Amino acid sequence: MCGIAGIIHRKGAADIGSEMTAMLQSLKHRGPDSTGFAVYGMPGKNEYVMRFKVAEQEDLAKGFQIHETVRQRRSEVDSRLAGLGVKIIEAKDATEYAFRYRIQYDGDMKKLADFVEDVDSTEILSMGSALELIKDLGDATVVSNQYSLKGFKGTHAIGHTRMATESDVDIRSAHPYWAYPYHDISVVHNGQLTNYWIMRRQMERKGFRFMSNCDSELLAVYIADKLDNGVKLEDAMRQSIDEIDGVFTYLVATSDSLGMAKDSMAAKPMVLYESEDLVAMASEEVAIRQIMPQEIDTFDPYDSEVRVWRS
Amino acid sequence: MAKLTRSSSLEQGLHTEQLTGRTQQRFFDFTEEENFLYPEAYDVDFNKRIAFDASKMDTNGINLKLRELMSQGYGSIVVKNPLAKHSLGVGILQRLNLTFEGSLGYFGIGLIDGPNVRVTGRVGWSCAENMMSGTVVIEKNAGSTFGAALRGGDLVCKGDVGSRTGIDMKGGTILIGGRTGAFSGFMMQRGRMVVLGSAGKNLGDSMYDGTIYVGGEIESLGVDAVPAEMTELDCAWMTRKLTQYGMKAPNGVEKMTKIVAGKQLWNYDNLEPSEKKLIL
Repeated sequence: MCGIAGIIHRKGAADIGSEMTAMLQSLKHRGPDSTGFAVYGMPGKNEYVMRFKVAEQEDLAKGFQIHETVRQRRSEVDSRLAGLGVKIIEAKDATEYAFRYRIQYDGDMKKLADFVEDVDSTEILSMGSALELIKDLGDATVVSNQYSLKGFKGTHAIGHTRMATESDVDIRSAHPYWAYPYHDISVVHNGQLTNYWIMRRQMERKGFRFMSNCDSELLAVYIADKLDNGVKLEDAMRQSIDEIDGVFTYLVATSDSLGMAKDSMAAKPMVLYESEDLVAMASEEVAIRQIMPQEIDTFDPYDSEVRVWRS
Repeated sequence: MAKLTRSSSLEQGLHTEQLTGRTQQRFFDFTEEENFLYPEAYDVDFNKRIAFDASKMDTNGINLKLRELMSQGYGSIVVKNPLAKHSLGVGILQRLNLTFEGSLGYFGIGLIDGPNVRVTGRVGWSCAENMMSGTVVIEKNAGSTFGAALRGGDLVCKGDVGSRTGIDMKGGTILIGGRTGAFSGFMMQRGRMVVLGSAGKNLGDSMYDGTIYVGGEIESLGVDAVPAEMTELDCAWMTRKLTQYGMKAPNGVEKMTKIVAGKQLWNYDNLEPSEKKLIL
């Protein structure tokens, strides 16, 4: 089933970490397996935030000498970053297996991503000047506390609660997805993409990598490819409705925008609230009510509808 | 085939649908007292009023509170701050004046038979699903599958509604003040739907019977949905219904478009292979 939510503040930053935690916690019944956040903070000058993991959460519970292995993988990542001329400004351990690095780098982003992900079991969760992508097993409160998300100041965010249907319960199959290898683009999705494998093979032939077998990852790669070819976000999302089969509602976030698209069958839910200060959306209105308890006017977008808002 | 009996309501002209073939039609007889009472229905007094705040209560707590108040004879209940919680006000099988001050989530007011319900906010997906009788009035917008499998009563939304409105409806009336989304009236079997605004694509797709009236643009008609001639009876009925809920067709009911089933997909009279064997 899955639940998705998004929020964008149009007049400055707010505590989007706490807001998204509350919204996603209220959608727990739609997906208790894992929870993910893509939060857009205040961009640093000439620097990126790289979030990556070197193991799955479950690996820590059963792997032989896994703790030492995890340390070695991280050292290897550090070594490769240094080899590419990446300057690490700050390195933080979010968990034993997931890390947050502030870096300076002006080279080829794809080369960096490929080189780092060549380290065994390593995946870059996000790369961006504003984007930070956090996802792990458990409900929103558990993940938010684990990664200290409450109090995170930013302009917009998207999030996801996952009920695994066609792929595993692990971090690599959790949403949101970063649009490798382009910085600051992330996607969350509720639905099924029925031409996933055809589209995936087409994208793989173009050189894109897929870290999971989750159909939602395709949307991130698809949108990234369109944007890289000069297509505007709104146009790219409109094209996706014609080119991608299935029933879906998805959200895309970039460094300054948030977009929503609904398939031609309108089979997956979405409720919107829009004001001059704030736009909030979720699979269910109960999520919006976590941050707007007063009486408000909400509405459902229609079939094939695409909307994009800027922060 | 079950024997059809004529009821008082039929004699008074309350039923106009003429179904043929193997379709079984049973008529509600309001002269039979047992048709008005369920075993667990409470005797309530409409003049006995109460309101409670639901902001800190969960779905189960709110529904149990409603039941408790009905058992105490309260006939007019106001629920404040429902905060879009799901499945509120479901399974009420008796007379009751119920008002929700705020919005409801999914599956609100489903499986009801008799109450008059008013929601001052918006409702989520599948509002009044399988409703059997009574009235439900939504002051703002509604989500998809509004009035799914509706069997009777009046279901009114004064704003816009989502897709698949009245899917599989088997009777009753749906009134929509604004627009409705794609696949509205999908597999409709009986009843009437009035849309004062526009309708999305595939309106009335695969409808068996029933009637849809649309005041605005129709994006496209579904399979076997065809336009029909508007009669004076249609206009009189619509005017009466809309007036009852304080609504008005922007361009007049006479200019609305009437959609019915083309009945080319009907196979009621086709026998199953096993049945053919018996005849042969």
